Amino acid sequence: MRESVLRVVAVHPELLGTYGDFGNAIVLVQRALWRDIPAEIVEAKSGEPLVRGGDIYCLGGGEDGPQARSALELRSDGALASAISGGAALFAVCAGFQLIGESFTGPDGKRQQGLAILDMRTRRGPGLRAVGELASFASEDLGVDSMSRILTGFENHAGHSDLGAGVAPLGKVLRGVGNGSQASEEGAISGRVIGTYMHGPALARNPALADLLLSWIVGPLDPIEGEIEEETGSLRESVLFGVGDRRRARRRRSLFSKRPFGLRRRSGVAGE
Amino acid sequence: MALTMDPHVLARLSAGRLVALVSGTNGKTTTTKLLAAAVGTLSGVVTNEGGANLPGGLVAALAGGSRGVPAVLEVDEGYLGMVAEVARPHVIVLLNLSRDQLDRVSEVRMQADKWRAALSRLASARVVANCDDPLVVWAAGTAGSVTWVAGGQSWRGDSAGCPSCDGHLIYDSGKWACGCGFSRPEPDAWVEDGVLRMKSSRPGFSGDDVAAWPIRLPLPGRCNLSNAAMAISAAALMGAGVKEALSAIASISEVAGRYSLVQVDGVQVRMLLAKNPAGWMELLELLEETKRPSVIAINARLADGQDPSWLWDVPFERLADRFVVASGDRCWDLAVRLTYANVPHTTVPELSRALLSTDGSSIDFAGNYTAFQDLRRYLAGRRPAVLGNTSSQTPIATSTSSPLPGIIADHPGTDPEDRSSKE
Repeated sequence: MRESVLRVVAVHPELLGTYGDFGNAIVLVQRALWRDIPAEIVEAKSGEPLVRGGDIYCLGGGEDGPQARSALELRSDGALASAISGGAALFAVCAGFQLIGESFTGPDGKRQQGLAILDMRTRRGPGLRAVGELASFASEDLGVDSMSRILTGFENHAGHSDLGAGVAPLGKVLRGVGNGSQASEEGAISGRVIGTYMHGPALARNPALADLLLSWIVGPLDPIEGEIEEETGSLRESVLFGVGDRRRARRRRSLFSKRPFGLRRRSGVAGE
Repeated sequence: MALTMDPHVLARLSAGRLVALVSGTNGKTTTTKLLAAAVGTLSGVVTNEGGANLPGGLVAALAGGSRGVPAVLEVDEGYLGMVAEVARPHVIVLLNLSRDQLDRVSEVRMQADKWRAALSRLASARVVANCDDPLVVWAAGTAGSVTWVAGGQSWRGDSAGCPSCDGHLIYDSGKWACGCGFSRPEPDAWVEDGVLRMKSSRPGFSGDDVAAWPIRLPLPGRCNLSNAAMAISAAALMGAGVKEALSAIASISEVAGRYSLVQVDGVQVRMLLAKNPAGWMELLELLEETKRPSVIAINARLADGQDPSWLWDVPFERLADRFVVASGDRCWDLAVRLTYANVPHTTVPELSRALLSTDGSSIDFAGNYTAFQDLRRYLAGRRPAVLGNTSSQTPIATSTSSPLPGIIADHPGTDPEDRSSKE
């Protein structure tokens, strides 16, 4: 059993937390605590030196101005990159995902230098903002339940991110835009770094990802049993298949028009 | 949008009358109702009480009133500049700005910039603005005349950075300031222990005079005292007497169903609405006054914003001392959030059953926009069954016969009552 407290650092929550992204830190800590692993959230406010000694760092989504400011601070501070090379994990969402790459587009439309933790370049996409449900099929097996390989989130961004040769996508887009690349890639995974356009409570919707991050730090994990897994299953069904809202589900197209991977709508629990 | 509006129509209907516009992320409908009651002590008043706050709704409200009668109009944040330019208001009330429906509305900082640009072109309008909200203060900075009201701000998630220079805002005992000099203006009106205090906003007052009036307000909560202070300050600028205005708002106990008490099969339900993190911060204060069970219903339809990620911005941890029923289209998003917040709860998607799923004889219902309208419509639909005095015939027993509507709002600005009549 681990003796030291697992430290989950929410980086610049007042700059990078537009879409409830602080929730990812809550999810990580709760899933550790439920397994009797002592854990705590540490808030790393902007304007102060970044907290050293964190186990998992979380970066959230944010508007263009705050994103650029956060990137500038983190780059001159330097502690995030050295924490990652020292074995810490990183979960970066949306604007936070963009800023850990080599470059991204700033509020003035000009190229900004990123933290270069990932070999990735983000530019403004050619079309409209990508806004809506995002689903992808994870590049690696995330758990015993094959359903957990379907990743689900909500995206709201204008950037297109091109991954370098050494970086794998987190998943392949089933619905939505994701990185906006030709190859329908979503997010990135490299070492102990995960980036994604699934903003907000991505780890609540995808607990397999949360457990992957935790396992990188504490090793193999016991499964969590009980209400949360059932509730999460119902949540995932409702957003992936629309069974949470039967009245509307009849009116709208199915999430997967081609039903890839042999997915079928399971008998509805959520719609009851 | 069906009612593409000819600005000339709005200009023509606004001409020849005193117009007050009320805008902001939260509290528009309530403040409009309070202000209309206060202005009503002078004369008749035209208002869009149902919350139809897009230009089409404003035209409909104005067209329904007599010429020359003052108008008190709630305006959607995004349309305030356009409406003000043609309606030439005497008074503009700016309540607050915070994140809301981010999947379809622009960034909140951008909204503040748009207000600021619009107000710079409206030198004749007198602005009543919340000096506790840095984004509102930034927006009102270009206005010709501002009455500052300490309207409060429990949610700071959108105002950590200085709107003027992007630096850090420092908050200290109700005040805030940035190193660049941008800081909270001294209020001209504020509420202290339920007493409204006003400086010099009335003719005949000198700058140092402060008058005090006790507020008797049936509407609960600190946010409604703030709404009242904003409304009374605006009413004074419209020519109403403060005393008369306060007595007029003392009879308002519900706003479009909000805060009303209803009986559902022996359960007394207090009906509350909150649509976004800032609204929830205020609502949590209300809920915390008791430990009553709460039914919380969340939808994510077009009028709500289709991304319920904001549930993670709300500190639901504060409800851990009571029992909660998660309901609505997105009940599972809420249920998961509540589990991570250690709040004891059950999940009942159907609203009608959810209300009866607690042990309480007296409960709070809190819904976001369309969830709240769903409940209102459900209550309206079952009224005949209640009058028929056989509760077993009420539709709640079978969900298939539930009068809950399948399709709801196209936009919060359209009148919910109009929509329900179509079904």
